[in-house]
Amino acid sequence: MLKIRDLRVNYGGIEAVKGITFDVPEKSIVTLIGANGAGKSTTLRTISGLVKPSGGNIEWNGKDITGISSDQVVKQGITMVPEGRRVFADLTVLENLKIGAYLRNDDLTEDLKWVFDLFPRLKERSWQYAGTLSGGEQQMLAVGRALMSRPEVLMMDEPSLGLAPIIVQDIFSIIRDIHEKGVTILLVEQNANMALKTADIGYVLETGRITMQGSGKELLNNEDVKKAYLGT
Amino acid sequence: MKKDNKKNFISLVIVLVFLGIVLLLDQVIKPTDNMSMLLTVLQKGSVYALAAVSMNLLNGFTGLFSLGHAGFMLIGAYTYAMLTIPDAARADVYQYYDPAIRFSIPEVLSNGIGPAGTALGVLIAVIIAGLIACLFAYLIGLPVLKLKSDYLAIATLGFAEIIRAIFQWSKLGPLTNGSNLLKGFERTSTFKLAIGDFTLSLSTFVPVLIATICIWIIVLIKNSTYGRAFVAIRDDEIAAEAMGIDLAHHKMLSFCTSSFFAGISGAMMAMVLSIAQASNFRSAMTYEILLMVVLGGIGSISGSVIGAFLFISTSEWWLRGLDSGKWLGISAPGIFRNGFRLVVFSVIIMIVVLFFRKGIMGDKELTLEMVKAWPKNIFNWIRSIPKKIKSLFSKKEAK
Repeated sequence: MLKIRDLRVNYGGIEAVKGITFDVPEKSIVTLIGANGAGKSTTLRTISGLVKPSGGNIEWNGKDITGISSDQVVKQGITMVPEGRRVFADLTVLENLKIGAYLRNDDLTEDLKWVFDLFPRLKERSWQYAGTLSGGEQQMLAVGRALMSRPEVLMMDEPSLGLAPIIVQDIFSIIRDIHEKGVTILLVEQNANMALKTADIGYVLETGRITMQGSGKELLNNEDVKKAYLGT
Repeated sequence: MKKDNKKNFISLVIVLVFLGIVLLLDQVIKPTDNMSMLLTVLQKGSVYALAAVSMNLLNGFTGLFSLGHAGFMLIGAYTYAMLTIPDAARADVYQYYDPAIRFSIPEVLSNGIGPAGTALGVLIAVIIAGLIACLFAYLIGLPVLKLKSDYLAIATLGFAEIIRAIFQWSKLGPLTNGSNLLKGFERTSTFKLAIGDFTLSLSTFVPVLIATICIWIIVLIKNSTYGRAFVAIRDDEIAAEAMGIDLAHHKMLSFCTSSFFAGISGAMMAMVLSIAQASNFRSAMTYEILLMVVLGGIGSISGSVIGAFLFISTSEWWLRGLDSGKWLGISAPGIFRNGFRLVVFSVIIMIVVLFFRKGIMGDKELTLEMVKAWPKNIFNWIRSIPKKIKSLFSKKEAK
């Protein structure tokens, strides 16, 4: 279980996250939704060690992991798929996947097989440079790359960003597939509809604070959420 | 994987054949021959090839734009020189100072285990030269590697100049001989191997061999997981960090590795030129090496090697006549006089850069398939020249 307690993050003088508290239970899908600038990405980046928090703590399976370096976080079994795909354009698809397993020294065959089963497209293109892939394929590669570290918690920052609706459907069905394999998922999304449909638990963030929480279904039917994020 | 093994075997054979040819040329060509320039080019070319490849490891693969190369080469050259001047010659070299080091590694070892000790001593001195350069790189890297792009370039450039100034400092005279040059140490022109009555000259073979081994190691690094991590850092630092790559650690690793090989190339330069003088290692030398890297293609090891050899053979050999009155049979002492060579050389570089915008090799490596396809490609390339020239003068941005 990943526990976030009163987490605060400052960028310069601006407080982007103003003390948020939430839990990510084991083997669940948790989503953070909210408008731009609500502090969703910052929260993920802080958990993954890319940004140092100014207060509060992050606890993973009873161990305090607040402010440890990003490679240590990955070693603990928490991996992030960064926003905007960020694949390594000058490396091949296969090399990208191998970088995902950078901190591991054991045999990768099984994990490669799993990733290629999830994304058959990547197998066809394993010798292609990642920069030549389409947007959807790059997103799949970004997810596959993160899976190669064999994470217990996979954090995804806006996996649907800039993708066609049909590909977004694919991505979300793959998220469910990954979840069924026993991976805990922490999802940050603008696409609140899809995210809440997929998630067990949802949190709504507004300007650095959690304003609502509940199961995915509850939030989907909540009038305020409907008005603000679902556009109905 | 089997295909890879076959490829590796073929490259190994090609490298061995190349080394064999160099060894043969070393015996056949006498210093007085017309062709002796070929040996000079091979010697200097291999020094610069290693320097360019090691710079490419940092600037091309890891994407850290550093301009401190001449400084690390200087450290390598001086370390090698200081460690290999025979004790008897020291008084002569350090005219104004009391030499601090009183031994020469090759001398000590050859007293101990005979002639093989000299070779071993030279080898050890070369490796120590690399390690000292590596140590300095670590110390400089601690503050400097936090900087990015242009700022890193300026800071490393500054450090290289500081290193040069320190080595010329008279207080360090007992070690570095102040601003005077170091000489009399083990140099390539005296490298020989006696087999019975027959003496093999190794003056070209040794630098080529050292460069080959070092470049081969760099190729291995490039293809290892570390190499992939370096390219990942160049492509996207944030994603690399999110994948668990420790940025500071890997940048330092790349910086130190690059400087280690720069130190070795500096030692080789001292060996080949048979002098070591701090004033030679100005930032202009860094720019020359950078030019080779850019001409060959940033991110291509074979490109850097090709760039280095083309640069050296053009500037040292093929255009020599332009300075001395007669070139390609044309005798024009009025035009072809001192300095004209550099004018022509600059024009050639501009033409190359205009036609090969990403360098000769781009970011690809030389492969057998590429060599096989050359006749066709060169034909196509020549056919496209008129179009390219036209595009250079057209107003539209050429693609």
